Amino acid sequence: MPDVRTHEPDDHDNAYAGLLVNDAHWAFGTDFEDPLAGVDTTVPDGVDPATLATYCLMLGDDALVLSQRLAEWCSNAPDLEEDIALSNIALDLLGQARLLLARAAAADGSQVPTLPDSSPVPDEDRLAFFRDAPQFRNVRLAEVPGGDFAQTVVRILLFSSWRLALLDRLNQSRDAVLAAVAAKAVKELTYHRDFAGRWFLTLARGTDESRRRLVAGLDALWPFWTELFETHDVERAAARSGVGVDPADVAADVEAVLDQVLAASGVERPAQPPHAADHGRDGRTGRDGEHTEALTALLAEMQVVARAHPGGQW
Amino acid sequence: MPVVAEPEQESEAQLEARFEAVINRKDRVEPRDWMPDAYRRTLVRQVAQHAHSEIIGMQPEGAWIGRAPSLRRKAILLAKVQDEAGHGLYLYSAAETLGVSRQELTEMLISGRQKYSSIFNYPTLSYADVGTIGWLVDGAAICNQVPLCRTSFGPYGRAMIRICKEESFHQRQGYELLMTMMRGTDEQRAMVQESVDRFWWPSLMMFGPPDDESPNTARSMAWGVKTHTNDELRQRFVDMTVPQAKALGVTLPDPELVWNEERGAHDFGQPDWDEFWDVVKGNGPCNAQRVAHRKKAWDDGAWVREAALAFAAGDGSDTSSDTSSDTSDGPRTA
Repeated sequence: MPDVRTHEPDDHDNAYAGLLVNDAHWAFGTDFEDPLAGVDTTVPDGVDPATLATYCLMLGDDALVLSQRLAEWCSNAPDLEEDIALSNIALDLLGQARLLLARAAAADGSQVPTLPDSSPVPDEDRLAFFRDAPQFRNVRLAEVPGGDFAQTVVRILLFSSWRLALLDRLNQSRDAVLAAVAAKAVKELTYHRDFAGRWFLTLARGTDESRRRLVAGLDALWPFWTELFETHDVERAAARSGVGVDPADVAADVEAVLDQVLAASGVERPAQPPHAADHGRDGRTGRDGEHTEALTALLAEMQVVARAHPGGQW
Repeated sequence: MPVVAEPEQESEAQLEARFEAVINRKDRVEPRDWMPDAYRRTLVRQVAQHAHSEIIGMQPEGAWIGRAPSLRRKAILLAKVQDEAGHGLYLYSAAETLGVSRQELTEMLISGRQKYSSIFNYPTLSYADVGTIGWLVDGAAICNQVPLCRTSFGPYGRAMIRICKEESFHQRQGYELLMTMMRGTDEQRAMVQESVDRFWWPSLMMFGPPDDESPNTARSMAWGVKTHTNDELRQRFVDMTVPQAKALGVTLPDPELVWNEERGAHDFGQPDWDEFWDVVKGNGPCNAQRVAHRKKAWDDGAWVREAALAFAAGDGSDTSSDTSSDTSDGPRTA
């Protein structure tokens, strides 16, 4: 038998070496310093910069807040494969959030919180860590507490079906940055929807318990469903100027996708919730900065270290 | 149709001789090769312990994902902890080639019958700990694991090649976090030093007890499962870390740490081995918490795993849905 070896004996002994070598490319994420580096961030003609920025915050906050929720699963999922998949989805959404917050800051710097002059905190982090709940523009579906795995599957299904439809159209945005963000995000969201759709079917047709939990999860999140398709003034203005998408325009497509999953799973669409359940004071929604009480607790955790060190470098 | 030759029956002695020959020429033993039972048991113990360490190791750092102070750090940390889940997956798969399932091993972990690296029984108290764990803990892990790329059992060695590459990446990320914090505010620099002070000795313990108190080392080395002694690896780690600490601008909390010109290596103090054994026995600051966390995730996920099995067994092919009742077509496992 020949002396077969899969590698040279000392091939891997140097993994620890080179730590002090100044190699700009070694760490994952270091190319993220300025996510929009090299991209033309000029606001397109005829577009109000404040409108564009607020619109980006809306889509960015949706992704950031749900990413924070999904990351709670890390080390807690039913099995390693799901742990990895949920982290993946959280990471994708976090990546989308960073690009969108950076775009908001580049379009209208006046919406970025002010810190002491010497603070090195970049704009995306000022927006993420130094705004309070009423300044967050996310839909409330993203922020409500996690629930069990079934409820998480339902949330990802509802959220990703909706967001995929939005960003699929946002691909055509007159804003080059938004169009590029959307093009990348569409591939990610297609996977997220597929993950959730497969699990929805699995849980619906798995055991009595999994089906009961799935239906309960759908009921729990249903009050936050119609909010996704209500058009905020900023969204309307963004859509009119050709940079954004009016969520009402995707409602029919998204409902059709959901109906297809429900039918395949043999799960009934929940009854419409009472109107009051899906709106805050005076009919205000998450897009107006009106949130459930869960958001302040989520932000308290997310922002605690950053706020303790407003002049810190990370 | 191919004709499969009837394998010649070999005697136990011949099998053993063949196995020894593979070990002696530093070749790989593969899952379907004959191997002594004790070799198999040693490997299951070691690979499982390693897999458990990856999975339990998700917790101390994972606790900071929600509080990461920048979005970039949040992305790096989440990706890192996700990598650890991936490492656990490779290692459980390697262990499965030895005839033991992931489920059995997980049950051994949560019932306390198998161990994991004691380092994860120490708490993470500040964000600097994320950097320190990357630099020192992953650094020590790399020193331990790089030689395992050459370990005699093929699936384990191959898993380690991938794992080491990623660990090396994590270590650099951790070091880079600490470097960045050291360029920040006084509070941040103090946070880094305090974290290094807490993790230095536990990191040295990661190489295991001194050679004269390590019961399994000799046999593991003879089999090529282990290729360096604990003390050799500890020395290597200290020698590599000292210049890195200097570049970082932190002090290592060991008054006996000094360069020995004659040996061409650093002399250094001994960790508190009583503390080490105490933590190994389950009395560390976080032993109970770590196992309880893992047990809760496993127990809470039982209904999901059951549903997946039931769905797979039912094939999910019957789409004639009965929307009027809460029943499914799959067989029940509950």
